[in-house]
Amino acid sequence: MEKQVKNEMKIELLSKSANEAFARISVAAFASQLDPTIEEIADIKTSVSEAVTNAIIHGYNNTEGIVKIKAKLYEDEIEIEVSDTGSGIENIEEAREPLYTTKGNLERSGMGFTIMENFMDELSVESIVGLGTKVVMTKKIKKEGTTY
Amino acid sequence: MNVKHFMEDRLLVFEITEDLDHHSSEIIRRRADYEIQRFMPKRVVFDFNRVVFMDSAGIGLVIGRYKTASSFGGKLEMMHVNENLRRIFEMAGILKMIPIVESLEKEKIG
Ligand SMILES: Nc1ncnc2c1ncn2[C@@H]1O[C@H](COP(=O)(O)OP(=O)(O)OP(=O)(O)O)[C@@H](O)[C@H]1O
Ligand SMILES: [Mg+2]
Repeated sequence: MEKQVKNEMKIELLSKSANEAFARISVAAFASQLDPTIEEIADIKTSVSEAVTNAIIHGYNNTEGIVKIKAKLYEDEIEIEVSDTGSGIENIEEAREPLYTTKGNLERSGMGFTIMENFMDELSVESIVGLGTKVVMTKKIKKEGTTY
Repeated sequence: MNVKHFMEDRLLVFEITEDLDHHSSEIIRRRADYEIQRFMPKRVVFDFNRVVFMDSAGIGLVIGRYKTASSFGGKLEMMHVNENLRRIFEMAGILKMIPIVESLEKEKIG
């Protein structure tokens, strides 16, 4: 059976670090329609923060650009897409390795993708050098107890 | 961030009062390095009591201050690390290098 989309949203932001909090809080508020636990909300917030920060500091290298965020709600799942039209990633496999960073001088730790992978159920990364990067992640929201 | 100086112990406490992301950590980093360089503490403690949210920027912030403190011969510790934060620090494997302590007092006595 096809999964049915219950709700959908889209946000576009300028690549300013001040927007990171807005992005994760907005997605978390949207996700709350699925009645997630506090823990699940925390995982979503952190993962969105990682993806949006990556778009700003790596994708756009702190120059001006647009970060797009889309989210879809299914019966028991949220799908979040974060994309930029920035520099792109040369070697995605290497980028996803724990502790791999190209910005160690800026106090990055290379843990962003590892955190997204651990906190979400699925993570896919598509990227083309010079064109940009798209990160899609999904998380199951477990229904506990009875639904009314 | 609130900064507390304990002169006789050469102890510096950074009480973080905001969410820790890329944006806020750059501001905190500048202030923290300034304080460490000025005070040259023997011991620096990050108090996360009031931190609700943290992403990987928190890892970079803590490792970076570990380096600054070490360059003056000081050590770095963390306290009041909630479950969310602990998971992230554990994933990064830094808890051996930068331990979590129960309180400021215990260490002083022990
Ligand atoms: N949107 C993006 N555009 C271009 N490169 C990216 C993008 N996202 C990630 N990267 C590349 O992948 C690497 C790993 O990303 P990851 O988020 O895991 O670590 P980091 O951002 O370097 O450090 P941290 O997230 O721990 O602060 C980055 O250093 C960067 O080279
Ligand atoms: Mg990152």
